[in-house]
Amino acid sequence: MINFGYKIMRDESIDLDRNDMRIAEYLKLHEPSIKLCIGCGSCTATCSTGHFTDFNIRQVHTFIRRGEIKRVKKEIQRCMFCGKCQLVCPRGVNLRNVILTINRAIEQIG
Amino acid sequence: MNDKVIVIGGGVAGMTAAGALADLGMEVLLLEKDTRTGGHVKNWDRLFPSRRPGREVMDFVGKSMGSDVEQRCNVIVNSIIRSDDGFSVQLENSEPVTAKSLVIATGYELFDAHKKEEYGYGIYDNVITSAELENIFMEGKKLTTHDGKTPARIAIIHCVGSRDEKVGNLYCSKVCCVTGVKQAIEIREMLPGCEVTSFYMDLRMYDRNFEELYYEAQQKWGVNFIRGRLSECAENPDHSLVLKTEDTLTGRPLKLTVDMVVLLVGFVPGAETRRIAQMVGLQSGADGFLLSADEHILDNSTTVPGVFLAGAVKGPACIVNTIADARATALQVKTFLSSQNAV
Repeated sequence: MINFGYKIMRDESIDLDRNDMRIAEYLKLHEPSIKLCIGCGSCTATCSTGHFTDFNIRQVHTFIRRGEIKRVKKEIQRCMFCGKCQLVCPRGVNLRNVILTINRAIEQIG
Repeated sequence: MNDKVIVIGGGVAGMTAAGALADLGMEVLLLEKDTRTGGHVKNWDRLFPSRRPGREVMDFVGKSMGSDVEQRCNVIVNSIIRSDDGFSVQLENSEPVTAKSLVIATGYELFDAHKKEEYGYGIYDNVITSAELENIFMEGKKLTTHDGKTPARIAIIHCVGSRDEKVGNLYCSKVCCVTGVKQAIEIREMLPGCEVTSFYMDLRMYDRNFEELYYEAQQKWGVNFIRGRLSECAENPDHSLVLKTEDTLTGRPLKLTVDMVVLLVGFVPGAETRRIAQMVGLQSGADGFLLSADEHILDNSTTVPGVFLAGAVKGPACIVNTIADARATALQVKTFLSSQNAV
């Protein structure tokens, strides 16, 4: 048979029906202030790591909340715990504990 | 005692309520602490969304009071004593005045931008507030940097003192979004060569013709909009300013150098409102603005019989809503006094 080069593409959309919400649920339970995030980006704007690498804490958190957790384990290690994000957050989210809690969630989920 | 009403506060709310009460046959005394009536709006050049002169509205509410309303400016209320047949308002350096009913229309104050120290207001010369920009427009001056140069780039910062737990104000001030869009257009109109960039979290174009104004700002005036809250502002040796934010739509930190920054300052409950509220025993909500008897169905009345509220004492409000609210208050006062007289 002639191979025309067609193949089945993987669906790259965010699938909220199937995605892994375990980190998101753990995070909301153990650091409920994260539920107040309005995605303004103040944290990322002030992030020491974010200015020199492509680490983006607002985006990492958004991916967690959507259950897109593939890259989270590696990404979250890049935070230096300077806490500037927490100083600027207009919703008073306890961001350092958010990072610690995400790490704990990853440990538990494996 | 006849049906006398004292309106405390001579801004748009107080003036409108006073005029409407006079129309309904009340004897009205309007008290204003400032040297003249007009509140914040008298300092506003043009009004959103149509950019008509603020003076037109001021003239209208001024005339609506006619000659029937007795106006007293430069008065400070010292205390308010409640009796069986009404209220006695003690004034500084003056005889007390009495009335059967009180309308509290003492309004709001603008957020003190010094409190957001990271934005550099009062530290850097080229950081101004939206009220100061409006004042420049009002006086017909040319917009320049502190050292007299024509700015090539201006940033407008939304939500300064609003939606910000760090300054204790969780609420949205409602009118700043559209004010920012209006002022962006006016800067472009005055200085066609000047780029204008607005930094916002959400653009709340909630009322009639607001979204259209936003559309016009993009289409006709080329205003830039970047979705990200300003994190900090720093000054260069040449007094230009570096802004740091996240461009949340590309997901990357962003910096921009501008010649001037305009901070859209929000509403805060006024100190005078708090003081008067205490005198009559009114409660405030968690946001510090006064509570009415019922947020939906008795929003002009209070839990104290005979005391009524009008305008921005209850929270941020635009002029349209303030005028409608003050008229409703006048009607509530009339209903209250009629029921009293029937007893």
